[in-house]
Amino acid sequence: MPNSNQLMKINIGPQHPSTHGVLRLVLELDGEFIRSCEPIIGYLHRGMEKMAENRTYLQYLPTVDRVDYLSGFFYASAFCDAVEYLAQIEVNKSVKYIRVLTMEMNRLASHLLWLGTFMLDLGATTPLFYCFRDREVILSLFESLTGQRLMYNYYTFGGVKHAIPSDWLDKTAEFVNSMPSKIQDYENIITKNPIFVSRTKGIGVITKKSALQYSITGPNLRASGVNLDYRKQKPYLIYNELEFDSITAENGDSFDRYKVRVEEMRVCLKIISQCVDWLKSNQGEVVSAIKQPLLKVPAGEYISNVEAPRGLCSCYLKSDGTNMPYRVKWRTGSYYAVQILPKLLEDNLYPDLMAIFGSLDVILPEVDR
Amino acid sequence: MNYLYYLYIQFLAKYHLPEAIGMITFPLLPFIIVAVVLIVMVIFLVLLERKVLAIFTQRKGPNRVGPWGLFQTIADAIKLLIKENITPVGAEKFMFTLAPLLAFIPVMAIWGLIPFSAEFDFISYSVGALLFMTIASIPILAILLAGYASNNKYSLLGSMRSVAQAISYELPFVFVLVAVVVLASSMNLGQIVLAQTSVYPFCGWFIFPSFLGFLIVFICALAELNRCPFDLPEAESELVSGYNTEYSGMRFAFFFLAEYAMMFIMCAFIATLFLGGYLSPFGFYLSTKIFGNGHLGQILVYFEQVFWIFLKTFFLIFCMMWVRATLPRLKSNQLMGFAWKVLLPASLLNLLFVCLYKYFLFAK
Repeated sequence: MPNSNQLMKINIGPQHPSTHGVLRLVLELDGEFIRSCEPIIGYLHRGMEKMAENRTYLQYLPTVDRVDYLSGFFYASAFCDAVEYLAQIEVNKSVKYIRVLTMEMNRLASHLLWLGTFMLDLGATTPLFYCFRDREVILSLFESLTGQRLMYNYYTFGGVKHAIPSDWLDKTAEFVNSMPSKIQDYENIITKNPIFVSRTKGIGVITKKSALQYSITGPNLRASGVNLDYRKQKPYLIYNELEFDSITAENGDSFDRYKVRVEEMRVCLKIISQCVDWLKSNQGEVVSAIKQPLLKVPAGEYISNVEAPRGLCSCYLKSDGTNMPYRVKWRTGSYYAVQILPKLLEDNLYPDLMAIFGSLDVILPEVDR
Repeated sequence: MNYLYYLYIQFLAKYHLPEAIGMITFPLLPFIIVAVVLIVMVIFLVLLERKVLAIFTQRKGPNRVGPWGLFQTIADAIKLLIKENITPVGAEKFMFTLAPLLAFIPVMAIWGLIPFSAEFDFISYSVGALLFMTIASIPILAILLAGYASNNKYSLLGSMRSVAQAISYELPFVFVLVAVVVLASSMNLGQIVLAQTSVYPFCGWFIFPSFLGFLIVFICALAELNRCPFDLPEAESELVSGYNTEYSGMRFAFFFLAEYAMMFIMCAFIATLFLGGYLSPFGFYLSTKIFGNGHLGQILVYFEQVFWIFLKTFFLIFCMMWVRATLPRLKSNQLMGFAWKVLLPASLLNLLFVCLYKYFLFAK
């Protein structure tokens, strides 16, 4: 390289306001242009997969929420699903509805937080507070349901831990009714803002081909025009009984990723209200009757897939017939989103780093596990 | 001024002090007043900004220290004062210390140029508007120095952006200033204010013939002050804190103080150029209406004029905070493009329009 001595090497992170955790990016800057980028991960590695091998199934269950602290329900659901399949535990419909309901609320909370922080990355401070205001309602609902605000530990094998409190469904319905106008407010302010549009349109384009090559999943993939939504294509729990659309866009740039996520919030609301309606009219036993600490899973292996807010979440579970898993492997969406980052950043401007990285919705505990 | 000087001598004579002391100390008084007013103003400006942003974002803002959080900034200032001044390893020590001073001192000097009322026009200088622009661009040098001396890559990037930005945005600013000078036929800021008097209330303000110019100057002021959406030099999500990343304690406080003081002065300058400065928007002064044209009324007019310019200034400051709460940040290349492709032609157009306006007004 002829001008290599003029490149400036700069470390973004591990402690940096906009790396959403402890990601380290080693950039080579030519003025304001990014010439190369090397993501370095592992600052939040907690050995989640190895931990599973020394714990019983019930002991491991609370840790699962920590894979992604913003959408713990999805990981718990994936793990419970795998265990239930191998141990052949029947799950009744009420439980399935509660799981879908809580997961979709969690997705909404996660997308709201993403919207706030993404706008913060772009330099707009105000949306963060509005998004947190709405997320706060969801977290309070979760608190009254599970006793926790982030690490819920609510699902168990064969059911959930507590029945739904008496007025909880009414409160949720009230919240769902209040949300669409708020989402419309955000769209009014953000979607047509010329500064926002000029900063995100045509920036960080993931083509259909490269998205598939890099195994991008979730909203990032759907923004590139590939309609892959596990809720639709391979319905788990009771998604096949619900009415909803999977959202796609064509261009795969930051703006499309934003649009897909905002539309997904509306889809979440639609699913939540359907679940609330069903649960109001049908009440079954939801608390698991299985003696959890004594649970022994027959030998076998299974992969359960869940469509998490940041892409496909797969849990590979292998059991050798004891009360501890033989092997647990997580496949998370963010890991693959970080992989494509160098390709997206190359020869872009430094300020685009935030417009691209923020739009991918990467969260670091999920990358490192 | 003469009247105030007379009062001051009278005051000294009461304590049997010679007139000579009065002659020597009188010119210094404005600067002491300026220093005190400026610091107090900045302290409450910071609080105002936090309160306004809190309202925009549905929060309460500071409300623990003193009633309504009035002493919050004072508490912050004390914290900054007793903090350790850290000089990073590898920093140019002399320049690292010089930079915050260089940012702060011009701001203090510039303050005297603004006519706060017909009498409180401390430095009435024939090319005041030009001098204002000249001194106002010195803090940019301080930012460059801070970025260079910190031995930090984020600081360097921030200061680089800042200088590029300041150079681009000063041009349209000056072109609009030329239009104002054409309208007023003077560069003296006091004369510019007087040229905006008219028989009808607030019709003579230069915002009407040069509304485009007002908008351009407002945008340029946002850019010069490094405020949102032009806050690239200190873009938090990109450059941590930009040029002042490495600064702590009192040195940081100087940058902070200079930034807010500059914001106040810039808004006062815009109010002087376009919103009739200290002139009352009613075409008459309330104090003369209430207290008559006597001695008391005349003195109160001076203070009323101060009130009007402060009101206009705070309105502009509020607008700046409003913009900050609303818009995301621009990208550096968009910022440059906006200055050179939009603002500069627009400011020339404004100049042309103002010249034609002036020509036909005088042809009649």
